[in-house]
Amino acid sequence: MSSQINHTVAAASEPPLILGNPTFGAVSERISAITERKTTRAWYIAFGVALSLLGLFVIMVGYLVYEGIGIWGVNVPTGWGWAIINFVWWVGIGHAGTLISAILFLLRQRWRTSINRFAEAMTLFAVICALMFPALHVGRVWLAYYMFPLPNQMGMWPNWRSPLLWDVFAVSTYFTVSLLFWYVGLVPDLATMRDRATSRLRKFVLGIFSLGWRGGNRQWRHYELAYLLLAGLSTPLVLSVHSVVSTDFCVSLMPGWHTTIFPPYFVAGAIFSGFAMVVTLSIIARKIFGLTDFITARHLDIMSKVMLVTGMMVAYAYTIEFFTAWYSGNLYERFVFLNRATGPYAWGYWTMIFCNIVVPQAFWFKRLRQSIPVLFIASILINVGMWFERFVIVITSLTQDFLPASWDYYKPTMFDIGLFAGSFGLFFTLFLLFIRFLPMIAMAEVKGVLPQADPHHHGPAQKETAAGVHG
Amino acid sequence: MSGSGRILGILGQFDGPGALMRAAYGVRDAGYKHFDCHSPFPIHGMDEAMGMRRSPLGWLVGLSAIVGVGGAFLLQWWASTIAYPFVIGGKPYFSFQAYVPISFGVGVLLSAITAVFGMFHLNRLPRLHHPVFYSDRFRAASNDGFFVSIEANEPNFDPAQAEELLRRLGAIHVELLRGE
Repeated sequence: MSSQINHTVAAASEPPLILGNPTFGAVSERISAITERKTTRAWYIAFGVALSLLGLFVIMVGYLVYEGIGIWGVNVPTGWGWAIINFVWWVGIGHAGTLISAILFLLRQRWRTSINRFAEAMTLFAVICALMFPALHVGRVWLAYYMFPLPNQMGMWPNWRSPLLWDVFAVSTYFTVSLLFWYVGLVPDLATMRDRATSRLRKFVLGIFSLGWRGGNRQWRHYELAYLLLAGLSTPLVLSVHSVVSTDFCVSLMPGWHTTIFPPYFVAGAIFSGFAMVVTLSIIARKIFGLTDFITARHLDIMSKVMLVTGMMVAYAYTIEFFTAWYSGNLYERFVFLNRATGPYAWGYWTMIFCNIVVPQAFWFKRLRQSIPVLFIASILINVGMWFERFVIVITSLTQDFLPASWDYYKPTMFDIGLFAGSFGLFFTLFLLFIRFLPMIAMAEVKGVLPQADPHHHGPAQKETAAGVHG
Repeated sequence: MSGSGRILGILGQFDGPGALMRAAYGVRDAGYKHFDCHSPFPIHGMDEAMGMRRSPLGWLVGLSAIVGVGGAFLLQWWASTIAYPFVIGGKPYFSFQAYVPISFGVGVLLSAITAVFGMFHLNRLPRLHHPVFYSDRFRAASNDGFFVSIEANEPNFDPAQAEELLRRLGAIHVELLRGE
């Protein structure tokens, strides 16, 4: 009983997670109604833009498959170019979603319930965008199955010692686990929408996908354990995925890549950019759909603090990289780092420093954390900065490596730019479909954090009788 | 209205998580086994109130983690030393350190698949057809309703007695579930 009392006391001293303390019914109504109303004009306009960009993506991919990766700006020292930059950047975007849904769940951070659903959706779609780039960069896309350990007539197996193969396993596992986690979270909410559905088609489709969920405690107990296990599995997974991505670089011998700080540095950067994307998307969503009671100023405030912390971690990594380059006494290593700050790509380096180190310093100030325009602009700048971080790592090391005779200046072509721009079309098309047809806030979870969801929550008049029943 | 046909069970509605939990204690103490408490979100302490054991899912997932990690490790060992030995970068065939990331990945993948499909299996899902769905009121169970359902396959099930019990426990509405 004492733990229950502590729980109640803690809940009482905490500021409310959901403003206005809606009833359970009001939560279902507010969130489900978004998907049941007539589609708004704003959605159609946004979807039109996203779909045109997706069209661009399809054309770019088609031409790439037809012509080969020679249409990109890749050249002799720079064999990967924008494809790997975009891959690492998109995977990084995805990380905040898993962090919110898994790590914050294990840490009992109840504020996560308002943002986890669309953060997870963001993860899925970002990982889809990310997976496109390594699949396309192999050039002969139709042979991509060589990367899977499939028995074949050549008796050939993939090279298990290659970090690129680790990537195949890490990222495809990450995608599958994120999809399962997301779907499991959706089942009770799909049941809510099924029970509200009026048209036959909606009833049928939602009925199939909610699997006949009855919300019985015999189901909830397995469900909750499954959710906990998935969170426990996703937590090391999310940390390992970007560590594996970083080993693509650090297992090589390139100056500027060959450092042990890469795995934690990449993970911190991924969470940094991922949170920036969650903030960007949630500011838009709460504005358009009037969800300011659900995604409150407090949620944005906490996310800014996370960005401040991870931004400082990234700043620390930049500093230590420089220090190690100097302290190692390795001339090539020293050169690469000095060249990053002063060489032909100094513009990229200083863009990165400004966006990733200077911009998040604004979050020390409560007034700036609570200003929506400041947050919105800062979150976009952070994503730009994180893209430039990967650009600086890939391009400065590759274009000027050990042998000055092979140095070159790398420039993207219109196909590089078109493919990257088009990947936003893929991302936003999927995201807009998601917010149109599925509940963007986890209703069952939000109901669970309302004060009246606690069976020991009673009005003042009932207090004594309640204690007597099963105390 | 709960349809026509034979009696499949009984459904009682309660007005909140606290009332549902008290009802769960009451139904359990009355000796019922085939009953369930439906709520729009999981209620903590309900497992104890209904007298249920912990879900066995953890064991299944633990087992599949071992199978996944072990299987992937064995596959990598077999493929790179027996089926397709190939010197790469002068590394030994059995470079077990390099097998760790993939073994971990496959272990997580298999465990996650087991967690989800194991949960569906333990919950007997998908099951689109169930006696509780004969009740129109039951639609609220996924919105803001709190229900206790007792199935008719309970030994010595007596609808009148069950109804009396649910009413005594404070049900705001009781109905019989009838169907095919």
